[in-house]
Amino acid sequence: MNRIRRSMLFIPGNNPGMVQNGDVFDSDALIFDLEDSVALEEKDAARELVKQALETFEFNAELIVRLSPLDSPFFEADIEALKKLPINMILLPKASVEGVKVLEKQLRGTNINIMVLIESALGVEKVFDILSTSERCLGLMLGGEDLCVDLNCKRTKSGQELLYARMRVVNAAKALNKFCIDTPFTDVNDEEGLQKDAEFAKALGFDGKAAINPRQIITINKVFSPSEHDIKHSLRILEARDIATKEGKGVFAIDGKMVDLPIIKRAEYIIEVAKKLKLVSDNDED
Amino acid sequence: MRLTKPAKAGTYESNDIYIMIYPTEEDTFIEIESIVSELYGKHIRQVIEAVLKEHNLTNVYVKAIDKGALDYAIRSRMLTAIKRGLEHE
Repeated sequence: MNRIRRSMLFIPGNNPGMVQNGDVFDSDALIFDLEDSVALEEKDAARELVKQALETFEFNAELIVRLSPLDSPFFEADIEALKKLPINMILLPKASVEGVKVLEKQLRGTNINIMVLIESALGVEKVFDILSTSERCLGLMLGGEDLCVDLNCKRTKSGQELLYARMRVVNAAKALNKFCIDTPFTDVNDEEGLQKDAEFAKALGFDGKAAINPRQIITINKVFSPSEHDIKHSLRILEARDIATKEGKGVFAIDGKMVDLPIIKRAEYIIEVAKKLKLVSDNDED
Repeated sequence: MRLTKPAKAGTYESNDIYIMIYPTEEDTFIEIESIVSELYGKHIRQVIEAVLKEHNLTNVYVKAIDKGALDYAIRSRMLTAIKRGLEHE
């Protein structure tokens, strides 16, 4: 199965304290940021700091760098520095079909993949095309803050203004078998709000959620991990499936409810994720 | 090689180092202020000297104010300062 991407923590690229300690927060992925969190006059310094850090330290998390936008004067220098580094993905801000094509061309001959940041009204409408532009493009993140500026609406805690965008990007990503990460929850002091927002995103089909503060990681990881109940129920389904197969039965029931292929597939997926997270062992399946 | 102008890089934040470099007619001189000077002052100097040597830079006055930076951060701030100091107006 693909990597588990419950949480992705943004790390300001010009902050050595955050950069060197990125791995201790248990985020599934780290996004070293060269864009919004870095002042214009410090772009060169952030690029060099991230480069030196990635050449020095071995991180356990998946490594992503958000570079400067295609239409900025820093894009070329960012990409030149990044394509030689041991990173998994580049996060392309203000993603467009054209932007992915340019990035794809620049990354030829490397093992670096692309993740797109969908943060404009046009980006939301074109999300299927953007994701389809390159096989290197593995998934997306929704950028709620910039999108709301583009939509000329207020960003609220309930997130009702993002409902269409969230549903649309999830559907496009799932249709293409790519991952999708929800926008960050920006009030770092509101843990309850974060939990609700993450639970809602999970219910819509998102694979994980971005974080802008290490304190958000525990909540996000918990929400996007299979629950104890889900794991137990899935193990029962798989056990019943094995018995039914031995007895030559096509369909079977658990607690009076018919179990068919989509339910079995979902149970298999939950157990696979649970195994990766070491929430269940091979012995539990016996 | 010589610097074309003074330059600086880094911050006074914890885990960082603030580097200032100036072209000078004198021999290269490195001045270090550090919260861990007694333990690591010599090592910080070695990292700074190594970066200067890599660039064959001479006649530089380096002033470094260290806030507990690791080697990679010292190196990256030196590299940024040098790039900035070699740029033409």
